[in-house]
This record gives sequence, structure tokens and C-alpha cells, in this order.
Amino acid sequence: MSDITKQSLTELVENIKDKKLSSTEVTKAFIDRSEKSKELNAYITEDFTSALNKAKKFDQKPNLDLKLPGVPIAVKDLFCTKDVKTTAGSKILNNFVPTYESTVTDNIWKEGSILLGKLNCDEFAMGSSNETSFFGNVQNPIDKDLVPGGSSGGSASAVAGQLTPITIGTDTGGSIRQPASFTGTVGLKPTYGSCSRYGIVAFASSLDQAGPMAQNVKDCALLQEVISSYDPKDSTSIDFKRNQYSKELTNNIKGKKIGIPKEYRVDGMPKEIEDLWQKGIQYVKDCGAETIDISLPHTSYALPTYYIVAPAEASSNLARYDGVKYGFRAKGENLIDMYEKTRSEGFGAEVQRRIMIGTYVLSSGYYDAYYLKAQKVRKLIKNDFDEAYKKVDAILTPSTPSSAFKIGEKTNDPVSMYLNDIFTVPVNLAGLPGISIPAGHDSRGYPLGLQIIGKAFDEQNILNIAYAMEEKINFKNKITDWWIK
Amino acid sequence: MSKKTSEYLINRKDNQYEVVIGLEVHAQVLSESKLFSTSATKFGAEPNTQVSLVDAAFPGMLPVINEFCVKQAIKTGIGLNAKINKRSVFDRKNYFYADLPQGYQISQFKDPIVGEGKVILDMPDGQKEIGIERLHLEQDAGKSIHDIDPQNTFVDLNRSGVALMEIVSKPDLRSPDEVSAYIKKLRSIMRYLGTCDGNMQEGSLRADVNVSVRPKGSKEFGTRCEIKNVNSIKFMQMAIEYEANRQVDMIEEGGSIDQETRLFDTKKNETRSMRSKEDAHDYRYFPDPDLLPLEVSDEFINDLKNDIPELPDDKKKRFIDEFKLSPYEATILISDIDTAKYFEEVVAKMGKNKDIKLAVNWITGELFAVLNNKNLEISESPISAKNLAILVNLIKNGTISGKIAKTVFELMLDGNKDPQKIVEEKGLKQQSDPKALEALIDKIINDNREKAIEYKQGKEKLFGFFVGQAMKASGGKANPQLINEILKKKL
Repeated sequence: MSDITKQSLTELVENIKDKKLSSTEVTKAFIDRSEKSKELNAYITEDFTSALNKAKKFDQKPNLDLKLPGVPIAVKDLFCTKDVKTTAGSKILNNFVPTYESTVTDNIWKEGSILLGKLNCDEFAMGSSNETSFFGNVQNPIDKDLVPGGSSGGSASAVAGQLTPITIGTDTGGSIRQPASFTGTVGLKPTYGSCSRYGIVAFASSLDQAGPMAQNVKDCALLQEVISSYDPKDSTSIDFKRNQYSKELTNNIKGKKIGIPKEYRVDGMPKEIEDLWQKGIQYVKDCGAETIDISLPHTSYALPTYYIVAPAEASSNLARYDGVKYGFRAKGENLIDMYEKTRSEGFGAEVQRRIMIGTYVLSSGYYDAYYLKAQKVRKLIKNDFDEAYKKVDAILTPSTPSSAFKIGEKTNDPVSMYLNDIFTVPVNLAGLPGISIPAGHDSRGYPLGLQIIGKAFDEQNILNIAYAMEEKINFKNKITDWWIK
Repeated sequence: MSKKTSEYLINRKDNQYEVVIGLEVHAQVLSESKLFSTSATKFGAEPNTQVSLVDAAFPGMLPVINEFCVKQAIKTGIGLNAKINKRSVFDRKNYFYADLPQGYQISQFKDPIVGEGKVILDMPDGQKEIGIERLHLEQDAGKSIHDIDPQNTFVDLNRSGVALMEIVSKPDLRSPDEVSAYIKKLRSIMRYLGTCDGNMQEGSLRADVNVSVRPKGSKEFGTRCEIKNVNSIKFMQMAIEYEANRQVDMIEEGGSIDQETRLFDTKKNETRSMRSKEDAHDYRYFPDPDLLPLEVSDEFINDLKNDIPELPDDKKKRFIDEFKLSPYEATILISDIDTAKYFEEVVAKMGKNKDIKLAVNWITGELFAVLNNKNLEISESPISAKNLAILVNLIKNGTISGKIAKTVFELMLDGNKDPQKIVEEKGLKQQSDPKALEALIDKIINDNREKAIEYKQGKEKLFGFFVGQAMKASGGKANPQLINEILKKKL
């Protein structure tokens, strides 16, 4: 079966359950394609031999009642995986092999899935193009020298390029939704507290959230159902009733009220994004939903707020990478010298920039003006959504203000890079779920995404809206396999 | 309020200076496991054997609050008559050090779990109230060991993440003696509550001491210096004396005090500058995003309140009221919970016809002397409360004399023997049979006729001679009171 890798997760699961495909066949197919796809640089660590052994073992005694029976999956290299190197895309963790498993990946393996390898990402998930990775750029399967977005760039590239049937990323300010949008895939950032942060290398603790990235909405719902769990090991994990998202998935969204926030019409936004948004509005109407104009008045403050809160938390979260206990250590004359050299050599420029910003905004004399004020604005942004949700069930926006850009195009312009997250960061600041679905192409044929933002814990609703829209949009990703010789 | 007589003042030429002291006491929470992890907290374990992935700050590891430690902190707050804050926040205190794996200490900054409270000190000239500013929970750091290897520093993370209560006093202390009394009182309260073992040798209780001086009568505070991490009452007192005199000398010489952090060198008995205010760390405190604000209900607090045992002040009052002890005796018996327990057990075992005063004398006299000599805690006493109660009863009911009791006591030390058995086996029972004693005395008078006549003629001193003879003849076992009575009658 040469087209194994073209199958969706749902199809693969069905075929394995129906014994039309074995785990070994499926695993081998994705390994083969991954091997041929080195040019994408989607992997940091391949675990193919072990994956094949696990697949063979699975086939000897297949448990077909599981949700992901024998399905191979590659995951973002921000998830700690037991006995498999976990780098967070950083030199400072280049040699780090965890003795423990993240709760999210553990949930996946418990449902019968098999680890293929660890996927490239921006260093410590800080970036929007995967260009900050110590392990090099990732190619977007859409076109050569196009960024896949970030920080879950390797994940997006691997799903779009069919190196893995599905994957998980993490999203602190848009790191799942923006690369999904750039690669024509589906990415869900769940409600804060839905997926455990235990065992995920932390970037900004109050914003970080793991989520699925898939070829379609149904696959996304299935993986969300697997990874979301209440975890006492994470004090911010929330114990709420979780749906069987894939089973309860429906395209019936008749009568749903969808908010269209006027503040997302930003200056300088390309016309094709505005057009896409209008098309999206028409799609939801075609599905029987109603659109309502709403206002999220503090939207323009979201990005500056995010770039205070996230670096502040990061500056503290990354203090543990000091060369003392694990990871990279540079030689130094004394303790302070060792710290300085280790962190100067071990962290890349963007990570250092954010550590400095974060350290600055928390410094005495600046704390009130920056960090404290940002926290207050964050509350206002959340209040905006609370107000809006008195009138609507979900909110529809573009996922990004532009389509994917070329590698190197924005490297020297951090602010322009940060603007990529303008539509996604408010969702993280408010702790809400948001999903990006591919909805069209720009003039060059690059994919564009629409974002549906839900109420807290209402993943089912936005998955349903996405599912209904997906059917209407009938998006086809234009991938030529250009990287396979 | 303290009387002027015991005022601690530093005198220079024409000037008198008052010393103002505030303490930040770090008390290790008595808990099997750490504040945010399940690692053990046993003292003296092999280095790095009580370290979890959380304690060593591995990537992706998250803190989870230990509810027991929260309860311990609240109980301590109740014991300090303090306000319990239903909402408190854990903050990160950021700084780099090799024995601080996270690169930050989780502590409480703006919103501590316990607010203002007070403790009462019993000073020789009366009671003094010391205000408590706050109590907050925080993680301990690990230990850097510099003296194993000439090149390298070794790090032991066993202590990393252990729960500490930082108890901050108001600047109400005025002398080294008050500091001593304050630490002892805190220690006593926490030991009663079972929230801290107060073991200063093991580092379970240590303090940062803030010292300033001001001219006597001044209302303004002087500039303070903080002496870091002093781990015994004696050193605290020495450090304060040195530091206060240093500051006074500076002022007398026309200089001024720089606010700074200092260290006490126990060998040289002096404080040394560690870092100035300008070099002070900017800890960049901010709420720990890995932890939600800690919220406790009224019910939770009330359940703990109901669980609070009788505390030293109440126990003292009760001892005075119920057992008619003097305040002095009561203070001695309540200061340590194990002593109070021992005493109360003795009282209980003595039964109905008890002599509490006698029991107190035996505990604070003979028993304390033995414990002191053998360097034992009362919980390790070689004589059980039960056996001491029996001994006191034997004296009280006239079975043995006080003098014989001391012999019996010595014998009891060997294996906590039952005094009743010792008395029987050794035949130490007091002779209280009047007829036998009369016969014995008749014989003595008969043998010493001349002296008996001299006595009758007025040489009263000889009475002692006859008592001595009678005791000697009885092998020390004769009831001295009866001997007296019979002799008076016969002579």
C-alpha cells in the first residue's frame, strides 16, 4: 500500500482495526517517507528502529480496542519522552535524555500509539518560523525555502508532508495555530488546563498548552480526546468533564451564533486575508449559523501584553538551565563565569532576547509599569471575551495576518515576526480554546487559515463548527513532494 | 512592660543607646515530605538520596503544594495568635546559585499565609508582648559543600524544597535576653503544636537578625543591619552584642550606619559585611504561574483550630490554678512540651492522695540533675513518669524517708526499676512501728544514761545525738518524725 501515508488518522485507525493494515506496515510507510524527507529537517531525533520494534510487538498481540492502535506518531521536541533525547530545539539541552514521560505523550502511548521521533521546533518554543531552532530551519512542504511557521514548525511540516499521520504541538501565543495555518493543516489550542503541562519543557507557564495538529478536524478531535486529562501533577490542570470529542463530533451547527470581532481588521492586513474572512463568514452562514458583529476592545493591547507576560515567565522558567545539573555546560573560571558562558553559548539569540526582556520587566522599579500593568490588561482582554460570549457561542477570525513567508525574510525584524501572533495571542491570554483550519490559498497558492475561538472548555463546539466549515470549504493542500528526489 | 531596672543599654561617655532587634526566624516545617514534592525530609540522610525530579528542577517538572505543610503553617499561625489569610500567593524569588536548582525559590512575598500576631515573653521583671509581622511558607535551598575538594564545590539537594516557615517579628525586641526568650517561646509553641521540632543543631530553626541602635528615648529607628543565618541562641546573643556595639562606636565616632547584610563569624565573635544595599539582589518576585493562589475555607481553618492542643501560656495558667504551682515552677515545667507531658503523667499516676509540690521538687531537682549530667532529653529519661510517681507516693505515705528515697532513686536509674520492688528487695522500708521504735529508743537511752541526764539538765543540743543514734541503730530506716516524737516523750 503505497498510499498509506496519504491516509488520515481516522482511516489508519479503521484499517488497523479492520486488520487491513498492520502497525508494522503503517509504521514502515511513515518511516520510509520520513527517510526520504530529510530535506524538510522536520525531525531533531528519529526513533525509527525502536518504533519498528514496537510496531512488530504490537502486531504480535494487537489490542484493537485502543483509540490509536499501533499508530506511529512523531511529537514536538518540547515533550519529555522517557529514554529519548529531548532538546526543546536548544543547544543547552542537546544531550538531555529524560528519565520520565510527559503526561500528554503518556496518554498517547497508553492508547496504543508508537513514538516515531521528536520534531523540530523553535528554541524553547520561542519563534514564529522555526528559524530559532539550534537544529536548523524546517522547510514548509508547501514550497521550498518557505517557513512552516512556529514554534511547532517541525510538527506542522511533518503533518503536512505526511511524515506522521498526526502530531502534537504546544501553543503559548499561536505556536500550533500559526504553523497549521502556514501549512494547510488543522491545529487546536485547547483551553488552558485541559492538557497537562507535566513533562513539557516550559516556556511561559500561564500560557503554555499542548494540542493536536492534524490533516483534518476529525483526526484533531480524536487526538484531543486522547491527550486531554486532569492531572494532579499539574496544579493548573482543571478537573472538568471531557467529551469524547471525535464521537460527539457533528456538522450540525444550525442556530449557532458566531461573533465577528471588528478589532481583528488590522491596519495593513492583506486584502486576501480580509477576503478569506468574508468567505469564512459566508461558510458559517451556509452551515445555518448566524454571524454577529462584536467588539473585543482591548485586542490591540494583546500583543504588547503577551510580550511582557511571556518573556517574564520565560526568564524565570529558563533559569534552571545553568549547566549545573544537566544539559550543556561551558567551562568557566568560577561559578558565575560558568553560568555566563553556559547560557551565552547554550541559548540562541531569540531566547536570550526574551530572557533579557523578561528580566527587565520584572526588575524592581519596572515591575509595576510593565508586569503588573500587563497582568491588568490581560484581565481586561479576558473580560472582553466574557462579554462577547454573553452574545455569541464562538468567534471567527483569520488565524494569521499573512500567509507563510520565506526563510530569512523576517529574521532580523523581531517585531514584524511577533506580529504573526496578533490574532492568536489574545486566545492564550484569555486561556480559551482556539482552532485554526485551512480555508483557502493566497495568490501564490500558499494556504491561509481561519481561527475559531471558543468558550473555555467548549472544545466540542469549535470542533463542530470547524467540522461543518471544513465540509463546505473542501480545502485541498497543494503539495508536490518537491523535496523528494 | 519591662521595668527600667533590666533595660539593656549601651553606654558611651554621656550617651546611652537602646538596641532595636527584629528577627526573621526560619523554622523547618515538621513534615515527612517536601513543600512541593513527595521526597523525604529526614535529617542526616546520604547526600542526594532525598531528591525528586521536581527538587532538582528537571525540565517540565511542576510543583504541587503539600497540603500537610499548609496545615502546619496555619496551625503555627493560630499558635502565634495571628490572622490566617484565606487567600495567599506563592511567588518566585529569582536568583542564581548552584544549590538552587530552579534558579528561583518558591516563597510568599505580598500575600503570606499568616498575617499579624503576637507572642508573650515571660521576662524576670514581667511579661512582654512581641508582635509578629507575618509568617510565610517557602522552599529551602540545597547545600553547597566547599571543603571536600580543593577545586570543586559539591551540592547536596536533600534539603532542596524542604518546607520552611519564615516568621517575621516586629522590631519589638530590645536585648539579647529578650531574643533568647523569644526564640525559646517560638520553639516551645511550635513543639507543642508539632509543627517544627525546633532542633537548632540540625538547622531546623535559624534566624536572620536585624539590629539597629538609637539614642535612648528616641522614637526614630536607626539604620539596621541584617545578620544572616545565625543558628544558635548563644550566637544570636553574641552577634547582637557585637553588632550593637559596632554600630554605637560608628555613631560615637561621628560616622553613620550603612544598611547592609552581615555575617557572624562564630570563631572570631564578630560580624562582617557580606553585601551592601547597593549590591542587594533584585529578586524579581512575581507570582509563580505554576501554582494557583492558595485558598483555604473557614471550615478548613476551624478544623485546624479545633485540633490545636493546649499551648504553653494556657498550660502555665492551668498548672498554677489546678496544681497550685508558683509561676516560677509552672514556667519551668511548661517551657518544653516533653517536660510538661512528663509532669502531667507523674501527676496522673500518683492517684488521689498526691503531693504535687513534692513531685515538682523531684522532677526539677533530682531528675533534671540526672538528665543534665547524662545530657539526655526528658523524653529519654531513664526513670519513667510512672515510677517517679510511685517513688513520690512512697515518700508521701511514709513508706520511705526522703533520704532513703534518694538511695532508691539512684537504684532506679539502672533499668527504670520499680521503686516499690527496690524498697522491698533491699529492705529499705521505713520503720514506722511505734512499739519497735520505742524498744529501740529505750535501749539507746539505757546505753547513754549520762547523756540523757545532761539533756534533762538543759543540754538540749544532745537531742540531735539521740536522733542520730536511733537512725543509726535502725540502719537509717526509722521514720524520723516518729523518732522525734518518741524521744521527746522518753527523755
